[in-house]
Amino acid sequence: MQNTHVDSHAKQLPVSYGAGPKWLSSSRGKLYDFWRRFRKNRTAVIGLLLIAFNVSVAILAPVLAPYDPYEQNWRARMEGPSAEHWFGTDQHGRDQLSRIIWGSRISLAIGMISVSIGLFGGGLLGLVAGFFGGFVDNTIMRIMDIMMAFPGVLMAMALVAALGPGLYNVMIAVGVWSIPLFSRLVRGTVLGLKENEFVAAARAIGCSSVRIIFFHVLPNTIAPILVFSSLRMATALLSAAALSFLGLGAQPPQPDWGAMLSQGRQHIHTSPHLMWFPGAAIMLLVLAFNMLGDGLRDALDPRLRNS
Amino acid sequence: MVRYIIRRLVLLIPILLGVALITFLIMHLIPGDPARVMAGITASDADVEAIRARLGLDQPLFVQFWEFLKGLVQGDLGTSLRTRRPVALEIQERFFATASLAAMAIAFSMAMSIPLGIFAARRQHSAGDNLSMLAAMFGISAPSFWIGLILMYYLAYRLPLFPPSGMYGPPWTLAGLQSYILPTITLSISSTAIMARLTRSSILEILRQDYIRTARSKGLGERLVLYHHALRNALIPVITLAGIQLGALLGGAVVVETVFSWPGLGRYVVSAIHYRDFPVVQGGVMLFALCFVVINLAVDVLYAFVDPRIRYD
Repeated sequence: MQNTHVDSHAKQLPVSYGAGPKWLSSSRGKLYDFWRRFRKNRTAVIGLLLIAFNVSVAILAPVLAPYDPYEQNWRARMEGPSAEHWFGTDQHGRDQLSRIIWGSRISLAIGMISVSIGLFGGGLLGLVAGFFGGFVDNTIMRIMDIMMAFPGVLMAMALVAALGPGLYNVMIAVGVWSIPLFSRLVRGTVLGLKENEFVAAARAIGCSSVRIIFFHVLPNTIAPILVFSSLRMATALLSAAALSFLGLGAQPPQPDWGAMLSQGRQHIHTSPHLMWFPGAAIMLLVLAFNMLGDGLRDALDPRLRNS
Repeated sequence: MVRYIIRRLVLLIPILLGVALITFLIMHLIPGDPARVMAGITASDADVEAIRARLGLDQPLFVQFWEFLKGLVQGDLGTSLRTRRPVALEIQERFFATASLAAMAIAFSMAMSIPLGIFAARRQHSAGDNLSMLAAMFGISAPSFWIGLILMYYLAYRLPLFPPSGMYGPPWTLAGLQSYILPTITLSISSTAIMARLTRSSILEILRQDYIRTARSKGLGERLVLYHHALRNALIPVITLAGIQLGALLGGAVVVETVFSWPGLGRYVVSAIHYRDFPVVQGGVMLFALCFVVINLAVDVLYAFVDPRIRYD
């Protein structure tokens, strides 16, 4: 998914590590530059449009959904797609389209909350570790190493096992699981930044460590964080859907896409529509965040264009 | 090199201790009383107390952790609350199913992704390149359990080519191999997609190097340049990624095993979570983590062998 376009401005980095916090506040030119590059990246724009579509559907769910997502109709169980029920009905006769529309709220909430937990927790730890170095850095990063020794979704699963199944616990579990990844990313960026002259300059004029971290270093870490957050949203959505599929996440009758697949699973040989639509919904949203993340990376850092 | 390996092995100890501590603490946060679960709902308080004493659950937390560590070192992971059998034995019985599935999946991934990546890189910006990278993007984004259900519906129910679930023997028997195919494809889709993308970008990166220009300028054919000069170096990051993906596949196996009712460790751990069988969850998670860190170490060592430029001393 590489962008074929290479414009002459692409060679200028939008995030100049030596430029201090300026690119956010006073450099409309750089933001404009970024927007221009972003706009020309077809992948990113399609990703953004898909996300915008999903967000609109989530917001307008009460208006868009043709039926109540919880309303059971025993006379219309497991019906295939029809004019009345575009996506068919499930084993309890509930309208699948309505459930998918309402499910977009759950999915977006899971993604946003769990990534926020990872972002704030991991970001803060990474900032502190990278900025102070030494003992603090070592302690934090060794704990992060241990957290990363759990393969894939297993850490989240163990947490859900402890906290008990449920939607909120899945958000917490997936969020906590993201903390070490964010902390490593931010720490790495901060390590690169803190040797810069603008940090020495800030220190020389008497800025406190807290002020330097939050006003001088943090703004410069935003570009990589933005890219990673988008890609992490995709992973978080997939993981949460997997946990719901395993019966550890959203519980019936919540209209969660992963849980819908889990409940429809027993009936797929007679009613394949029960697997098609919720699965496609998950895939499209994950795809959107992956496309956006890829596109943002290309637009924010053209050096990475082919990597 | 030997020094490096020894150093890394020593560093594994604190990591594994940390993993054991985290797993232990998580499991002891479980709401509900394991002694009560084991005794059953009809048991009297005295029975529950007796079980609690027998399992050592009445001891302080650090004593319990110490006992847990002692058991770990001796290969004793406790007793399953549900089956009352040693957890180590139950895990041992299921380990082959998971390990062989993960091995098959990574082999399948490499066999598919490297040619796909080469194909895309050779035709950069062509329709074929765009199409295969779009497919890779879909592969990364599709939930594995969904892919599994689709494959099951079409290749097991509609066209009964493969069994829809279960494992019918080891992969070197025909029936066994047939039962491996759908779970293997399902498990490997996402790693195939990730590795194909990396192969492509890695080859493109290498093709811009000076030594490739030299090879071309001395009149070598494009095939020779690609396969003899570029591919070897381009595959170094791919091999590393394959190792990382093997670790990720262990995590992914948990989901895929549930879809295909695969008698492996992942499904076992999931059902243990539902039954609140915490010694099993603890043992299973520990073993997964152990495999994961050992694989990562092996990848790092392998990396030094594949790329002589890397020296660890």
